[in-house]
Amino acid sequence: MKLELAGITKRFGALVANDHIDLTVEPGEIHCLLGENGAGKSTLMNVLFGLLHADEGEIRIDGEPVRFADPGDAVRRGIGMVHQHFMLVPVFSVAENVVLGFEPTRAAGFLDHRKARSDISRLSKEFGLEVDPDALVEHLPVGAQQRVEILKALIRDAKVLILDEPTAVLTPQEIEALFRIMRSLAAAGRSILFITHKLKEVLAVADRITVMRLGKVVGAADPSAIDEAELAAMMVGRSVELVVRKEPPKPGPVVLELRGVRIVDARGIAVVDGVDLEVRAGEILALAGVQGNGQTELAEAVCALRNPEAGTIRIDAIDLTRATPKAALRAGVANVPEDRQVDGLVLGMSIADNLVLDLFDRTPFARHGARDLARVAADGETKLAEFDIRAPSAREAVGNLSGGNQQKVVVARELSRPVKVLVASQPTRGLDVGSIEYVHRRIIEERDRGAAVLLVSSELDEVLALGDRIAVMYRGRVVGTVAPSAGRDRIGLMMAGIEPPDLPPPDGDQPPVTNLDLI
Amino acid sequence: MSTVDLTPVEGVELAPEGRLVSLGRVRGMGVFLAVLAVTTLVAFGFGVPSGEHAIFLLSGPPALNVSPLTMSVRWVAVALAIGCAALAALLLLRRSARGSYLIFSLGVVLFLWAFLAWAARGAALNLLQMLVGTLVYATPLVYGSLSGIMCERSGVVNIAIEGQFLAGAFLGAMIGSASGNLWLGVLAGAVAGGLFGALLAFLALRYGADQIIVGVVIVAFCTGLTNFLTEQVLTPDQSTLNSPQTFSPLAIPLLSKIPILGPVLFDQNVFLYGAAILLVMVHVALFKTRWGLRVRAVGEHPRAAETVGIHVLSVRYRNVILGGVIAGIGGASFTIGSIGEFSAGMTAGLGYVALAAMIFGRWRPFGALGAAVLFGFALSLQSYLAVLNVGIPSPFLSMAPYVITIAVVSGLVGRVRPPAADGVPYSRD
Amino acid sequence: MSATSPAEAPERPAAPPPAGAPAWRRFVRFVTEANVAMVTLLAVVGGLFVGAILIVVTTPATLHAWGELGSHPGRTFSVTFQTLGNAYGALFVGSVISPSALGHAISSGQGWTGVFTPISETLVSATPLILAGTGVALGFSTGVFNIGGQGQLIAGALAATYVGFGVHAPIGIHLPLVILAGAAGGAVAGFIPGILKARTGAHEVIVTIMLNYIFLYLLEYLLTTQPLQKPNQSNSISRSISSTGQLPHLFGSGLRVNLGLIVALAVAAGASWFMRRSTLGFQFKVIGANPAAGRTAGMDARRATILVLMISGALVGMAGMSTLAGTDFFLSTGYGGNTGFNAITVALLGRNRPLGVVLGSLLFAALSTGGRYMQASTGVPIDLTSVIQAVIVFMVATPALVREIFRLREAGAGKILLFTKGWGG
Repeated sequence: MKLELAGITKRFGALVANDHIDLTVEPGEIHCLLGENGAGKSTLMNVLFGLLHADEGEIRIDGEPVRFADPGDAVRRGIGMVHQHFMLVPVFSVAENVVLGFEPTRAAGFLDHRKARSDISRLSKEFGLEVDPDALVEHLPVGAQQRVEILKALIRDAKVLILDEPTAVLTPQEIEALFRIMRSLAAAGRSILFITHKLKEVLAVADRITVMRLGKVVGAADPSAIDEAELAAMMVGRSVELVVRKEPPKPGPVVLELRGVRIVDARGIAVVDGVDLEVRAGEILALAGVQGNGQTELAEAVCALRNPEAGTIRIDAIDLTRATPKAALRAGVANVPEDRQVDGLVLGMSIADNLVLDLFDRTPFARHGARDLARVAADGETKLAEFDIRAPSAREAVGNLSGGNQQKVVVARELSRPVKVLVASQPTRGLDVGSIEYVHRRIIEERDRGAAVLLVSSELDEVLALGDRIAVMYRGRVVGTVAPSAGRDRIGLMMAGIEPPDLPPPDGDQPPVTNLDLI
Repeated sequence: MSTVDLTPVEGVELAPEGRLVSLGRVRGMGVFLAVLAVTTLVAFGFGVPSGEHAIFLLSGPPALNVSPLTMSVRWVAVALAIGCAALAALLLLRRSARGSYLIFSLGVVLFLWAFLAWAARGAALNLLQMLVGTLVYATPLVYGSLSGIMCERSGVVNIAIEGQFLAGAFLGAMIGSASGNLWLGVLAGAVAGGLFGALLAFLALRYGADQIIVGVVIVAFCTGLTNFLTEQVLTPDQSTLNSPQTFSPLAIPLLSKIPILGPVLFDQNVFLYGAAILLVMVHVALFKTRWGLRVRAVGEHPRAAETVGIHVLSVRYRNVILGGVIAGIGGASFTIGSIGEFSAGMTAGLGYVALAAMIFGRWRPFGALGAAVLFGFALSLQSYLAVLNVGIPSPFLSMAPYVITIAVVSGLVGRVRPPAADGVPYSRD
Repeated sequence: MSATSPAEAPERPAAPPPAGAPAWRRFVRFVTEANVAMVTLLAVVGGLFVGAILIVVTTPATLHAWGELGSHPGRTFSVTFQTLGNAYGALFVGSVISPSALGHAISSGQGWTGVFTPISETLVSATPLILAGTGVALGFSTGVFNIGGQGQLIAGALAATYVGFGVHAPIGIHLPLVILAGAAGGAVAGFIPGILKARTGAHEVIVTIMLNYIFLYLLEYLLTTQPLQKPNQSNSISRSISSTGQLPHLFGSGLRVNLGLIVALAVAAGASWFMRRSTLGFQFKVIGANPAAGRTAGMDARRATILVLMISGALVGMAGMSTLAGTDFFLSTGYGGNTGFNAITVALLGRNRPLGVVLGSLLFAALSTGGRYMQASTGVPIDLTSVIQAVIVFMVATPALVREIFRLREAGAGKILLFTKGWGG
């Protein structure tokens, strides 16, 4: 099946998210759509999948124009999509999720579970997508959930499979496995539209590349005839500094110390189990691992947003094991949370108010229980300039800012207190290149100023670029702590829970980690 | 709308640990039953002189009479305490969660039996009528909670059940009275409830208004409207417009002849039979059919449902209107199912109690049934206070259903998990 | 409260007319766009319209007249307008002023008390609504839906009654004690859903509704026991509070409007300052908008939840106190009636701003005082006014609906109050 997009334009108010996009996917081809966050890739895919409607342009299948009123139409015409945030019902079984909307039934609308199971097993075998049809999706690891998503598309006989940022949550080995599946699907004559911002992956798997920037197609490329730097320049629109510049660390005394930390979630399951960690002043300890292995909870415990069931957490001499978030804050913990819109900001409030969320009841922002709004406003304007937050004024609601500027508001607030320990969780997720560079620079500056930095990131490239030491978590435990020179493959295995102690140390010529890998 | 983050918590995927979670709740139920057993033994058993007797009368008006049951309070309580303790042990030693709720409910029933024997000591209590009363009170609660389940399983909070009850009761009585045909009254009640379901759906789904606010205002509207119409329309013409017949009990051949159970379960109003049929239908439809799978998907993760071609808003419209219809029928049972005439504010907050029964029952029809029966028992208990010897002033017993409800929603009976998208407005972008 | 999704871009008003535009153009612009004032005004119009339809279809005379629409259209409309004019005229006369009484007073120089009685009665009804409405509004702006008005009102009135008859002191001490007791009683009643929500996640909507019934029965019980029950009395009514605990009349004994109104206005003004300028109010707003972000920034969301429900309950409790110490002086079963519930509608109508609540309370108070007069003089049941109120709130809660019905242009009032988040089990 040949899929063509011709002149697709989609506007949101004044913003043109897609500006006359042309794109053709040939049968049996792995076509990469490359672009940085905010380039308009997801909008385009939502248009293609019938979730959004284009203002202009048309979609053609095998030369015939089609209109998709909703995803059901798109599915019927052979388009399948694996969403970045999986579209799975957590409390349903794998089989129920796969057949949802396409259910085999017996008389009177009763579900035919047996047929569902056998269909799934057949497809699983055919494409090497191993999964237990009766398992509940919420009990599956992320990699398996992704296989369920792919099965969902295949059982509907998708001829074109859209994969939206599919590698973000996978270990390097799982990524390799995914690429194998993609190639076998392509070999079976299905087309793949692979959306990503990761250059390495593009070059590894694509047959053809289309690059988007600021809502426009800015070029196409043949992966055999282009290198990472050229692709990056095309994607960002300027040449990008290749290396995260950072001096060797000058570690001081231990500031943050975790001993035997065990954290139990609401269901009574230990999500962090017996973790010991030390972070010294002036160093960045990067906590690597596939999302969902306890890193989030561990970071929250350091900020006292959760209290561990056992073990101790200390900052210098202060015991934060049973502390309140406020006590942690006062002890010098700065927290750039994983999800800025949920945990970091009040979107409906002004930038100025968000900047004092932590100090709103202290001088100079308040006196005797009354807020000094003039001071708050003045402080807002100062920080706007100091932290390069692009906004018309500090009175603007934070919800109206771009992701990068929202993150700068969080960073500005957290770094405006005296910082002993900086906890940064997924600090560049969803940001554009400029903001990524800015946030990285700020984190390194804090380190050089003498803060102990705990960086939590599921992006292996970010971990390698920023970490002075790297601790890898798997199922609530630290598998091991290594230097960045240990190399991508070894850390990847550790992320899957495998610690090969007798692995020979990698030879000296590891490629330097570049900013490009982080985009 | 926010997409649900499916990040798994590692460790849960291991089957043994996965089972442990629900087994933990089973243990909790076991401990609770053990406490009930001890209470029974101490308070009801050895707390009374050994010579005290209680008499349970078992005579239903039309049914065959069974000779009264006279028993020694202490020894009955001891026997029931042992039974309760045995069930507690069964729960504590179980290796699977299957059927635990049934065992638990049985234990609670034993406890209540002992309580009744104790409360009726030195007196005679008509147990049969009390059980019938329990079911009479439980019937509208079952309709109400099924209405809530229909709506909330699709992701819309229906706090307007109370209003739909009132509308159904009013129109059921009026049409039933004016037409002289009670089935038309039922139909009218269904239509009235359905209309207010449609209003909720319209405001919440089309305009994205807050579901709880709209629900509360619908209750206010229905209260005001039925009060107004009662004064303005029914009262001036009471004999034609507000004097409906009521459905008389319909004895099911053979089954109604079973001692005790027969008159309680099988010589009843059509509304009770309707509730039973509806209960089974909703359960089967929700958990065994394509329709139910889609409804639950919409309530858990509407965006996922939409991406596989399910029309989220259509599903919600349909379910909310159907839910209104069910509540409307339940409302009609207040009038043409029991006392006939409509009076202002006669539902007395039972719509909210039905909502609590739904939560108590964990958004499952049979769970809600158990809760509704428990609430129904607490409500019917009040009518027998004169006979009972519990030393509690009647207003405090009247509070019982409401106190139980608070205990339930406070999670004392175990944390409940509502449909993930319950109450969250859905929009495509 | 679910955080506002970033995708819901705020609705932007169309470009305003240039500053130099003539006043009439700006006026036309104002009345054709869906701003707060217009939406509220049209909601009131909508409420009265629905009420009118109800009167027409339930009054035999008008129904008959409509039956003759084909043959006597003139009669149809004259009967309709006459019926509606009588009802709504009575609503106005009963709540604001009677032109005939005014004319009589002007010509004779006597009967001025009678002229001001309707407005005084409206202010008397508005007093508890302002207090309770402000309390509910405070909860709303913190993402807490307090439906427990009835229970908190009873709790406040109960506490005020005990202090009112149990304490003997000069008015300068006694009255403040009664007022404080009302607030304290309501705060205690608010504490229960607060602590349950904070500790167990129990949804306050269910808990507060249940508490309404619990307090009703508690009152019923206490009214049959000493020391609350009036001695030598078989009725369930309480002792009366002593005169030193009563709120003094503002304009002499002929008009019932009393110091409670001043207290209510002061509380509303205080609440307004509290939400705009105080640090605690800021904290409440943050927790209401996004508790997770508040927690990250070191705020104690549980404490805030408990405090909000306590303060909200305290204000509602003062509403119970205001009727007790202002006009009733003793308790009876079912005390407070619908005030707790009407407080919700008033808060929604006033869009959670104290000034709005005051205006909304005056409107709804006028509807209910006028409604009593309407029932007495035209026989249209007072319950009509609850229907009108409900319709008004439906429309205020869905501005988009009002915009579509009246074909207004988009403006600031498009933002919908949203705080539902399921049952928090």
